[in-house]
Amino acid sequence: MLALFLREARLGTRAGSGALTGVLFFLAVVAVIPFGVGPDLNLLARIGPAILWIGALLASLLGLERLFQADRDDGSLDLLLLAGSRHMTALTVFVKCLAHWTVNVLPLVVVAPLLGLFMNVEPTGIMAATLTLAVGTPAITFIGAVGAALAVALPRGGLLVSVLILPLVIPVLIFGVAAARGAIADPDPFLPPFLILAALTLLFAVIGPLAAALALRWSGD
Amino acid sequence: MRFAAEDLGGERGGEPVFAGVSFALSAGEALLVTGPNGAGKSTLLRVLCGLLPASRGGVRFSGGGDEWPDMASACHYLGHRNGMKTALSVTENLVFWQDFLGHAHLSPQEALEMVGLGEIGHLPFGYLSTGQRRRASIARLLVSYRPVWLLDEPTSGLDRASEAQFAELMGVHLEDGGIIVAATHLPLGLDGVRELRMGERVE
Repeated sequence: MLALFLREARLGTRAGSGALTGVLFFLAVVAVIPFGVGPDLNLLARIGPAILWIGALLASLLGLERLFQADRDDGSLDLLLLAGSRHMTALTVFVKCLAHWTVNVLPLVVVAPLLGLFMNVEPTGIMAATLTLAVGTPAITFIGAVGAALAVALPRGGLLVSVLILPLVIPVLIFGVAAARGAIADPDPFLPPFLILAALTLLFAVIGPLAAALALRWSGD
Repeated sequence: MRFAAEDLGGERGGEPVFAGVSFALSAGEALLVTGPNGAGKSTLLRVLCGLLPASRGGVRFSGGGDEWPDMASACHYLGHRNGMKTALSVTENLVFWQDFLGHAHLSPQEALEMVGLGEIGHLPFGYLSTGQRRRASIARLLVSYRPVWLLDEPTSGLDRASEAQFAELMGVHLEDGGIIVAATHLPLGLDGVRELRMGERVE
């Protein structure tokens, strides 16, 4: 399984993998917001954590559809599925998700504090937003794996994957933003939404790979 | 070790492709699956290893012991596509598959030498020619041990010399008590193998 993780990570960082596309997209989304809403610093500070979350959410959807399609195109997916009795398929999916998150989504979390500065978010808010992103974004990848597995046989499944999984990632967004806002807006609590966010990630870490493995099993052709 | 197909039927997208295929193979035997395009050779192989459900009948695999409890765990599947990543080097690909598939057999370097690619293990898989890619994926059959080889057009893209080399590898595998099912148009250079002609019994 470590071998699979290393292979995926290596593939993600080699030339032509597009791992930085997400970061650039994230940067673009966050950078244009101040031009759109105007130079009201208070307003920017208030909506800042939400913008960071929306930007990171959309950026982490990029490239999700390639999660299994790349393997299907070169025939590796057949071999990964055939090894199901040695490595449970759900576990294989889980490791692939983990590698995908490390290579494509972790950089988003890393640049989030910098982009928080663009939005005039105070330091506590930046820290809270980064922490909630680190805890919440794995859930997006695990949910995305289900969409990617369902659309694996479709040649242009990218948008379909995003549309399929968006309704499911809305709760993650809601609790992520609620926790990030809770850290700066005084009456709102931080801990309860943060714990729910962590619970969502754990829940989807189990359900996502299992559902994706089932979908892959029956997508055979 | 023994594996048998009993009245096997397969379909693609709801259309029956073949039906009523029966055969039995035991250790050291090979089966050549021939037939025109569209006769269901590839579908048969995918049904045999369990990547596609059988529309009727079934595949029975026995005598594998604890090590090979079922067909999927006991077989190497070499399909049309090579299952290698173009961005990784040939050796990296083989090291990954050896680690992932388990039952290490030959080292990646030895396997590459067996298929005549000993010099180019460091090159990215994407730089190789069609025939070299095929040979590299044949090397995958050698880095991990599996008693059953299911081969789909294994020699497509290979030159005459590589074909002979591959025939030799298959001969060794059979002598070791392996089983081979190969779908092909071309003669594989194996002696005394049985042949299953497809495309004549489709309902």
